[in-house]
Amino acid sequence: MTDLKKRLAAVLAATVVAASALTAPAFAETEVDDGYDYTRFADDNITLNVYNWGEYISDGSEGTMDVVAEFEELTGIHVNYTTFDTNESLYAKLKSGGGAYDVIIPSDYMIGKMANEGMLEELDFSNIPNYEKYIGDAYKNQSYDPENKYSVPYMWGLVCIIYNTTMVDEGDIASGWGLLWDEKYAGQILMFNNSRDAFSIAGKMLGRSINPSTVEEVEESAEKLKQQKSVVQAYVMDEIFDKMGGGEAAIAPYYVGDGVTMIEDNPDLAMTLPAEGTNIYIDAMCIPKGARHKEAAEMFINFMCETQVALANVEAICYSTPHTGALELLDEETRENEFMYPEDGYLALCETMSVLPDELNSAMDSAWSSVRSYDATGNAWLMPVLLVVMLVLAAVGFVRKAIRRRKRDY
Amino acid sequence: MIKNKSLASPYIVWSVIFTAVPLAIVIYFAFTDKNGAFTLQNIMDIGQYTSVFVRSIVLAVIATAICLVLAFPLSFMLSRMRASRQSMILMLIMLPMWMNFLLRTYAWMTLLERNGLINRFLGLFGIGPFNMINTSGAVVLGMVYNYLPYMILPLYTIMTKIDSSVIEAAQDLGAGHFRVVTKVLIPLSMDGITTGITMVFVPSISTFIISRMLGGGSNLLIGDLIELQFLGNSYNYNLGSAMSLMLMVIVLLCMSFTTADGEEMEAMV
Repeated sequence: MTDLKKRLAAVLAATVVAASALTAPAFAETEVDDGYDYTRFADDNITLNVYNWGEYISDGSEGTMDVVAEFEELTGIHVNYTTFDTNESLYAKLKSGGGAYDVIIPSDYMIGKMANEGMLEELDFSNIPNYEKYIGDAYKNQSYDPENKYSVPYMWGLVCIIYNTTMVDEGDIASGWGLLWDEKYAGQILMFNNSRDAFSIAGKMLGRSINPSTVEEVEESAEKLKQQKSVVQAYVMDEIFDKMGGGEAAIAPYYVGDGVTMIEDNPDLAMTLPAEGTNIYIDAMCIPKGARHKEAAEMFINFMCETQVALANVEAICYSTPHTGALELLDEETRENEFMYPEDGYLALCETMSVLPDELNSAMDSAWSSVRSYDATGNAWLMPVLLVVMLVLAAVGFVRKAIRRRKRDY
Repeated sequence: MIKNKSLASPYIVWSVIFTAVPLAIVIYFAFTDKNGAFTLQNIMDIGQYTSVFVRSIVLAVIATAICLVLAFPLSFMLSRMRASRQSMILMLIMLPMWMNFLLRTYAWMTLLERNGLINRFLGLFGIGPFNMINTSGAVVLGMVYNYLPYMILPLYTIMTKIDSSVIEAAQDLGAGHFRVVTKVLIPLSMDGITTGITMVFVPSISTFIISRMLGGGSNLLIGDLIELQFLGNSYNYNLGSAMSLMLMVIVLLCMSFTTADGEEMEAMV
């Protein structure tokens, strides 16, 4: 029996290796640091569930390194790699017990929230030596994980304003976040379809922190966003790529990494960092409570912090890396890009999103839905139309009944 | 006739697991707070979103009406055609449904945009550009486009059963076109009409992706609102459940109009 099992496992392993050999790019193994035993789970037939943002890893397309395949080949661990599109959907999935994951990569405020609710495992950093070795000090001791217990930074970036140089006057750029409220560009402005990001910008417009501290501040920000609504063309997230790329809109706030990608596709586009400061976000790798293979997950995290791997990832997705080793190897043009690696003076103006108490979160949600359903020009026609429809239906029903009754009387 | 009830048991098990139990969970969450205590607060909180509910109902009613007006004559003509041609046209109607729903809606986005295909075509003649996307009209268009087949199919099915001789008889007895339609066709196809209305109205009122893609995210509908409760910041599934429950009640109410109508019509005929 055991013999048969072993043989089956061997066959399985052989198929996996063969399959990964087929998909792996021409160059073979990744260079990893000495002194770390990546092969200790090779015979255990482990499957690791990794849950990451969409298009947020070097996946082997266009001759880049296929990070997941390299990891599988090096360690013999099978990786089941799936993606999510918002922090909130990741949270909802984990909260409802809908998925058993070993590695997740949420953003700062979500890490804080999950840690507060006891949803994350404390990491054993003796299994992740690369954390000490490579992760920059600027990305440690953040408010979402003050004691560096739960997370290993993967990427970071800033929120910037992306604009189309053929549609926006150069002189207006200096107005910072005010550009998103500029009536001159009414109908050409896109806005985040995401309450946290939208309220950050409104907070900055009001000269405050991006994190509201009272319900009143939430309401004032909501007022500000309602004022903006008349100039906003649409509230979008990933549709920004299409709409900015096609010249459908002139101005949009978005993440610098995606801005770089957009500019590559449409050279008319440019970025600007508002002088008031902006939101800096850090996405970090964590292990959720209940992970089945914690040590293998830590091995995966450590692998992601190997210099060559971190370099491949950052080159593929164009975000900013917290990995000091990868940063040194980046080409000079990227390293000196003022948007991807701005100088410390500007970074001092930037804030990460903090964990908000439940009260503020629900205030923000209801304010956000009222912002989005608010109509300055007035939807006065809606109520009467509904009333008329209902009345007509009721009248028709009444008449029918009357006819029927009369027929029955005959 | 098969009387053995055990044949229905697979479906009964299915509907208990996937309909009754989830429904009970929704009702449970709708009437409890985060700690599981009974509360009516969730239902009362919905009051502040009245405008969203009203907008959803109005848009869904408009979309359903347009679908009915478009589908009724088409289905009738279809049912009177030669069999081979019928199946070909039915194919054409079904064809778009083979494509992914999101993809179809996404295509409308590129068509309606300010720099989209339609505006560029009109631009050749010096007309426009028109502001078509991100309006309530675009949302209704999306609903009509996506759900029209659900109106056509039941209407067509029921109309193929109407014998042409019935219509001829009505005409022989001196009924004009209008009277034939109102006195013969509509009453005879009432079942199809109510099915069609249900099948268009229900998905229209609960959609969220159409309003997000074609409405620009500013024409919030009930579906968006419910999604926001589960995927927003506060993760308030109690309020989300209360909204879903409210939506179900609205749908049931609206449906009761049409089904009552149908029964009466039958009684009249």
